[in-house]
Amino acid sequence: MAERSFAAEVAKLRLGAGETLHVEGILAVTKALLQSGVAYVGGYQGAPISHLMDVLGDASEILDELDIRFENSASEATAAAMLAASVHQPLRGAITFKSPVGTNVASDALANLASGGVTGGALVILGEDYGEGSSIMQERSHAFAMKSQMWLLDPRPNITAIVDAVEAGFELSEASNTPVFLELRLRSCHLHGGFVAKDNVRPPMTVREAADAPRRAVDRIVLPPASFAHEKEKLADRWPAAVRFIRERGLNEVFPGSPEATDVGILVQGGLYNTMNRALELLGCSDSHGRSRIPVYVMNVTYPVVDAEVLDFCADKKAVIMVEEGQPDYIEQNLHAILRRAGSITTLHGKDLLAPGGEYTTQVVTRGLADFLTTYVPDLVAARPALLRDADDPTSPFAPRVAADVVRPRPPGLCTGCPERPIFSGLKLAERETGQHHVSADIGCHLFAINAPFDLGATTMGYGLGAAGAAALSAPGSEQRAISIMGDGGFWHNGLTSGVGNAVFNRSDQVMVVVDNDYAAATGGQDVLSSHADTERRSTQHPIEKAARGLGVTNATTIDHTYDVQRVKDTFLRAFRRKKGSGPELLVMQSECQLNRQRRVRKERSDKLKRGERVVRERFGVDPETCTGDHACVRISGCPSLTITDNPDPLRSDPIATVLDSCVGCGVCGNNAHAAVLCPSFYRTDVVDNPTRGERLRGAFRSRWIALAGRALERHAARMEPVTEKEAA
Amino acid sequence: MPTLMPAPTTAAGASWYAGQRPITVAVLAMGGEGGGVLADWIVAVAEGAGHHAQTTSVAGVAQRTGATVYYVELHPPVPGDVAGGRPEPVLSVFPAPGEVDLVVASELMECGRAVQRGFATPDRTTLITSTNRVYSIDEKSHLGDGRVDTSALLDAAGKAAKRLVAEDFAAIAGRHGSVISASLLGAVAGSGVLPFARSAYEDAIRAAGKGVEPSLAAFSGGFDAAAPPRPTSVPVDITIGPRPVSPQERKDREEARRTEIAATDPASLVGPDLAGLAVGTLELPRAVRSTVLHGLVRTGLYQDVDYARRYLDRVVRIASCGDDELTVAVARQLALWMCYQDTIHVALQKCRARRMERVRTEAKATRAQLSRVHEYLHPQVDEITDTLPVRLGAALRRSRLFARVVGRVTKDGMVLDTTSVRGYAMLATMARMRPLRPRSLRFAREQEAIGAWLDLIVEIAADDPDLAREVAECQRVLKGYGATWEHGMESYTALVSAARSLRGRPSAAATLADLRAAALADEDGTALKGALAGL
Repeated sequence: MAERSFAAEVAKLRLGAGETLHVEGILAVTKALLQSGVAYVGGYQGAPISHLMDVLGDASEILDELDIRFENSASEATAAAMLAASVHQPLRGAITFKSPVGTNVASDALANLASGGVTGGALVILGEDYGEGSSIMQERSHAFAMKSQMWLLDPRPNITAIVDAVEAGFELSEASNTPVFLELRLRSCHLHGGFVAKDNVRPPMTVREAADAPRRAVDRIVLPPASFAHEKEKLADRWPAAVRFIRERGLNEVFPGSPEATDVGILVQGGLYNTMNRALELLGCSDSHGRSRIPVYVMNVTYPVVDAEVLDFCADKKAVIMVEEGQPDYIEQNLHAILRRAGSITTLHGKDLLAPGGEYTTQVVTRGLADFLTTYVPDLVAARPALLRDADDPTSPFAPRVAADVVRPRPPGLCTGCPERPIFSGLKLAERETGQHHVSADIGCHLFAINAPFDLGATTMGYGLGAAGAAALSAPGSEQRAISIMGDGGFWHNGLTSGVGNAVFNRSDQVMVVVDNDYAAATGGQDVLSSHADTERRSTQHPIEKAARGLGVTNATTIDHTYDVQRVKDTFLRAFRRKKGSGPELLVMQSECQLNRQRRVRKERSDKLKRGERVVRERFGVDPETCTGDHACVRISGCPSLTITDNPDPLRSDPIATVLDSCVGCGVCGNNAHAAVLCPSFYRTDVVDNPTRGERLRGAFRSRWIALAGRALERHAARMEPVTEKEAA
Repeated sequence: MPTLMPAPTTAAGASWYAGQRPITVAVLAMGGEGGGVLADWIVAVAEGAGHHAQTTSVAGVAQRTGATVYYVELHPPVPGDVAGGRPEPVLSVFPAPGEVDLVVASELMECGRAVQRGFATPDRTTLITSTNRVYSIDEKSHLGDGRVDTSALLDAAGKAAKRLVAEDFAAIAGRHGSVISASLLGAVAGSGVLPFARSAYEDAIRAAGKGVEPSLAAFSGGFDAAAPPRPTSVPVDITIGPRPVSPQERKDREEARRTEIAATDPASLVGPDLAGLAVGTLELPRAVRSTVLHGLVRTGLYQDVDYARRYLDRVVRIASCGDDELTVAVARQLALWMCYQDTIHVALQKCRARRMERVRTEAKATRAQLSRVHEYLHPQVDEITDTLPVRLGAALRRSRLFARVVGRVTKDGMVLDTTSVRGYAMLATMARMRPLRPRSLRFAREQEAIGAWLDLIVEIAADDPDLAREVAECQRVLKGYGATWEHGMESYTALVSAARSLRGRPSAAATLADLRAAALADEDGTALKGALAGL
């Protein structure tokens, strides 16, 4: 079950023509798919489109009514291959994933799909994870569109525009027999806004009907000679058809600007339109309804570039500027070619005035456009916003008002009670005895271990590639066995074959850790094959160890309680000390993701309390007198609930450790104190609600015993401590 | 053909500066804190009032406790048709530095980040910040005190705001059993920056339907904290709740109070058995008495009246050097060192009635609930032999059999139920072994080290009082238990020997202070080794 439930929002998907929906971008896309008569949907979760998958999962009832097939694909490659259904059949299909990482994985299938072309509309919805908040390498999906000649839509961040782009995307795909990318930038996915709905449309042909009437055409299959014909077809037929459709439908937009500004123009990716307009507003050149005084060409389709439109727009202009985010500057290069080929003398600016790389924030775009406009039409620049001022100007927003060293970085980390924390605590402790090992990391929450306080992990080569990333360094014979880390998500995504199978086949000597927390947790808690959940629509509970053994792994251990740090540490030590050349070793570290567990447990607890049943609540604590404030416990844990507080001792000043109320009692503090031989300050408090009668009697007896046994100690204390202090206590 | 939009009919000009602009709101929070909930509430209120609202966030991995910015734009209703423009206002997905009307920070360092990124500016921004601190990982992991200066963050907030509302909104939420997003929404409403009625916000909370009553109470608390100040026009309107008192200030105030009492009635600051010694502190300079009285209580409780007397004698010896600052430093560090944490003392701390009471309060256990307390202990062979009389301890320390037996029992640590008959009996018995302590191995070792430390201080104080004070402070590196303590002892030994060799150099004291900081900079002593090598 996913972390966030969209059960309430999903009801909005039933709204019909004329009704207004106020929703998040992701939900709008889902509604647009339903309005477009989509026959099947697949995809792989990952920010920023995880919620699209979650919404679809929660909307199963509506999908069933419309006979739409929805799959949680095993990987992006699986999702892309699913679009094969649209090759021969007039089925509209949509898939979605995070990009460019997902597109990397999917590119084999996409290239094959794009070669033969499609009959039904095929839409690939990309969550472009670029800029602030991104968790991946900073690259562009644009390259994939160019290399496979798939069209790329880049709607402006406006819910109506995004919904329109989904529908236009299917039509464009069908008009040009080409699969189409719809690029949603990170912030667009989490954008909230409103749009006017249409009725949902049942697909004219369902996947069942299509399967019952199979079709094939050998010239659509990628094998010579058809593959050579496909390349010609792309250039001779599909490209012109796409350009025709884009022009006829007016997918791109032109704002002519004021008469005094005809000398200049701005070309902008649709996705950056709002930022560009804000920059123009700040420069006094446009208003909040986009009535720009500067001519603007909005490329809601960023690939292919429509030569004729570009030439029309640039005709008679002295200079234009291309506002294109990321690098390389594919579109700018393309425009140069178009203009030069046509003999145009219009000067083209772009990344010479705007930042060469990185996210195009309001600040970056405003600075670049200010330079451009001041050079060519200085009279039109009616205002200069504060953000153009240098930091040494005291009125600048960047004037230093806070010392840099008091604002510390706050990287994401493992949650309170995360079952992955003790794995890394255990590994760190084991390394204290054996020395450091090479650790090949993977994508997932466990990657946070590369940061303080664990500082574990040397590389990450991609989702599910943790074990593969350790391939070269796990040749038999090294004293320090290489370690690889993988999550259950990555394991099922491809790690089973690329990592485990590879290690078995090549007789690798690595220690492969698979973190099994019951969900694809980093992407929002979706179920995977090994999840323990009982779900009606998916087949789960397939153990990781069993799968690995099926591939030939012989040394495999599953630890079903990662919170036992000592056991984790000992397991690592045993693996490290096994004789050289004994083959790959699998350690499955299994405990439920705490974020998801808490959502489950909290409800169960409150239900029990309501029924008056016995409930035990556990939390940890630190004795302030016993803690000497060396924070060794923090350095081996990093739990958000384990923090520091003022030292109550009048003689000491260094802060002491403390446990916040958010503690879920996972036990790592205590187990760490044991495994690392820390200090005796930690204790666990069990608070029992609705105790049994026997418990209550025993409790009363114990209290009396404690009072009696502690009397001598209290008497001694009373002779030494002043009265006031005791009273205060 | 591309879709051709009409040309601007009016000169768009500087409409932004004429007020045709959205209200801009940035919320800075940490993942999982409810920043998104707050943004959604604001949007719901605005849409209810006919505004065009847009919110964006960059969740991604930042949702896991990382710093996150939520950004909201609210555009007032647009009357009728928009001639020649887009029908809906074009809203931005990025906060622009210098153009943010309202910044809400859920924590003080996140407020600092808003200032650093230029979101909060003195010409425009109403800055609402919670003054509570959630320490960052580098602040938490420092071996000593790595916390940043709270007042620097508050000053920055004051400099970067047109109006500042600073209050502990986490505490307000906590008082009502709610979450910080509710109290912050109250502050947003109370600040009056957004043109919506209080009831509209409250309706949004009700419509969300979860924990409504506590949320409304927290909302109300936040509202009152941010309600506009009286119309006295000062350059920066500042609503700061009770300014957070720093721990040092609190301690200073308490010390001032104690110093008053110590001047006239020192015996009232100690227990009856120590009254005589307490009166003896009147011989000492006024400035050191309060600390010495603390030390008397501590050493008396730790051992007995004789031990407290020994403490006093040692302090008197240092006081004779005539440097009050030095005497206070020594009195403080000496008390801590003389009361080193051994198994007997830890057992005592765990057994105290007030401790059992504190644990229950902290766990918020009610009378109807039972509570059990489990200690996580792992006595090491050395720690046990250390507490035994010298000869017995030394013999057992050599015994392989004993090591194996103890190792077997405590290898994986032991979890002791203090609230059980057996568990409490064990701890209380341990605590009552106090009389054995002076005959123990460790006692002898520590007393010898303390003696050497004091000798060195007296010796150095004669020609370099600054350096002597620094030597006194070196005790601070002695921390923790077991291996941590041993590491501290290694650092301490290195520091003291450095102090000897630094004598006579002009900046000896400052150098030693730097070395001490290096000793606390990391866990394995690399920084200290490096610093020592650089001398």
